[in-house]
Amino acid sequence: MSFRKASILPGFGLTFGFTTFFLSVIVLLPLAALTLAAASMHWSDFVHVVLSPRALGSYRLSFGASFLAAAINLVFGLIIAWTLVRYEFPARKLIDALIDMPFALPTAVSGIALTTVFAHNGWIGRFLEPWGVRIAYTWLGVTLALTLITMPFVVRAVQPALLEVQRDLEDAAETLGAGRIYVARRIILPTVLPSLLTGFTLAFARALGEYGSVIFIAGNLPMKTEITPLLIVIHLEEFDYQGAAALGVVMLVISFVVLFAINLLQAWGRRQQVRAAH
Amino acid sequence: MAAALPAAHGGDLTRPGQHTWVHAIVRWVFIATSLAFLAALLLAPLATVFAMAFQRGLYAYLESFADPDTAAAIRLTLTTAAVAVPINTVFGLAAAWAIAKFEFRGKSVLITLIDLPLAISPVISGMVFVLLFGLHGWFGAWLRDHDLSIVFALPGIMLATMFVTFPYVARELIPLMQQLGNDEEEAAITLGADGWMTFFRVTLPKIRWGLVYGVVLCNARAMGEFGAVSVVSGHIRGLTNTMPLHIEILYNEYNFVGAFAVASLLTLLAGLTLVIKTAIERTGYRRRR
Repeated sequence: MSFRKASILPGFGLTFGFTTFFLSVIVLLPLAALTLAAASMHWSDFVHVVLSPRALGSYRLSFGASFLAAAINLVFGLIIAWTLVRYEFPARKLIDALIDMPFALPTAVSGIALTTVFAHNGWIGRFLEPWGVRIAYTWLGVTLALTLITMPFVVRAVQPALLEVQRDLEDAAETLGAGRIYVARRIILPTVLPSLLTGFTLAFARALGEYGSVIFIAGNLPMKTEITPLLIVIHLEEFDYQGAAALGVVMLVISFVVLFAINLLQAWGRRQQVRAAH
Repeated sequence: MAAALPAAHGGDLTRPGQHTWVHAIVRWVFIATSLAFLAALLLAPLATVFAMAFQRGLYAYLESFADPDTAAAIRLTLTTAAVAVPINTVFGLAAAWAIAKFEFRGKSVLITLIDLPLAISPVISGMVFVLLFGLHGWFGAWLRDHDLSIVFALPGIMLATMFVTFPYVARELIPLMQQLGNDEEEAAITLGADGWMTFFRVTLPKIRWGLVYGVVLCNARAMGEFGAVSVVSGHIRGLTNTMPLHIEILYNEYNFVGAFAVASLLTLLAGLTLVIKTAIERTGYRRRR
């Protein structure tokens, strides 16, 4: 088999050549530089950087807050998607369009706005202060920022799946005496589960790398409210390129693992869909 | 998505269980929970941007744009987007043509590689250019000897922006063109049109909404990128500060009117992006991933 199938359409050489060249220069070469910078380190130096107490503290926060944010969105994303798909209420279309706002809004804007709202004298923060709940400059703030930034993933993943749920199946089940909870568990949940988990994982992956919105609300104390991307920036600012590259490689490997999980989930979702169609 | 969202009610009253009070309560709880969550997390921050920007009145708001550093930040952001977005648009068109119109080995690997920047932390996206072109980077010494600077200068900001916005147009066009197929292009070529004519007269009209969609999202990210640009910029006021970076500086100086005034412009841009996006979806255009 040759490299490509014959076609009467022109332009393969030009477009394929430009695509691979540009991809190599802008994306692949820089990423190779990162890997090589980390690979040029002595093994013990690498371990020293990526397993330092400060680095471990940052992983704990980054993973914990990202997981929590994705979990919050799992619950509320499902509720919002359900509300948008199944119920009629004023401004429904407007709210549906606004769901994408966190993707369109620059992260720095989300960061300063969220910090202002949840600061001790902010619109919402002032009502939490008497209860002893502090959000700005704590890990709660980090979680909240990550929740906002990743909010659209679950909603947008689940919405099409909810539209696919066969309502005649629900009706049939209810006619035969099934309760709403039984219908939700046996008919609705299996249909939306793959997309729900895909949305969760996409949100988690995005949250792990997020920087702009978090640094404003985090307080950025080492071991307490310092996320891994910030620790990389601190290494860079001290001209410790190797240390930054070592942490960068750790994050890169984790992103690839999560990406792989997303691909598996999506393949599973497609299989479920095919099964449901038969 | 809005266009893909059909009316919710469609004959609900005839369905079993839809008229009971339990259903009414569930419905009310769902709507209230959704609205409360969005109000606290999304609407309150959006409203705060404008409340803070106008807290000392319209005059102070407008005056904050007279600051030469703010004006320079706005210019730099516009310049960067004006370079990065067209280049990535041309790339997206080329990649989509190569991938959708031809069958070749390793295609799925190529698609995965194009999506790669979306999976990478913005901080890493910026750092790779520091490792290449920074003072202690691979080409650092050579660049210094030739009196060139990429990092902490305009080229670095443009490279980092291009990196993070790299996939936007391509990932919109590839599935769209794959779905539309090759029949019409093949007919045009058979009838004697050349490649460019086929592209401009046959392909481009078919994919125009997908193209605009991708370009608008690409532009929003290019103008709003913080992490990647922050790492390569060096934060030199009036020189290498884009709008998002300038927001950070003003905010950290407690110049809240100034910070939120710049933020209000970016919020309006995000709103405009969503309006265009929703308008395109109303034409029946639907995202394919």
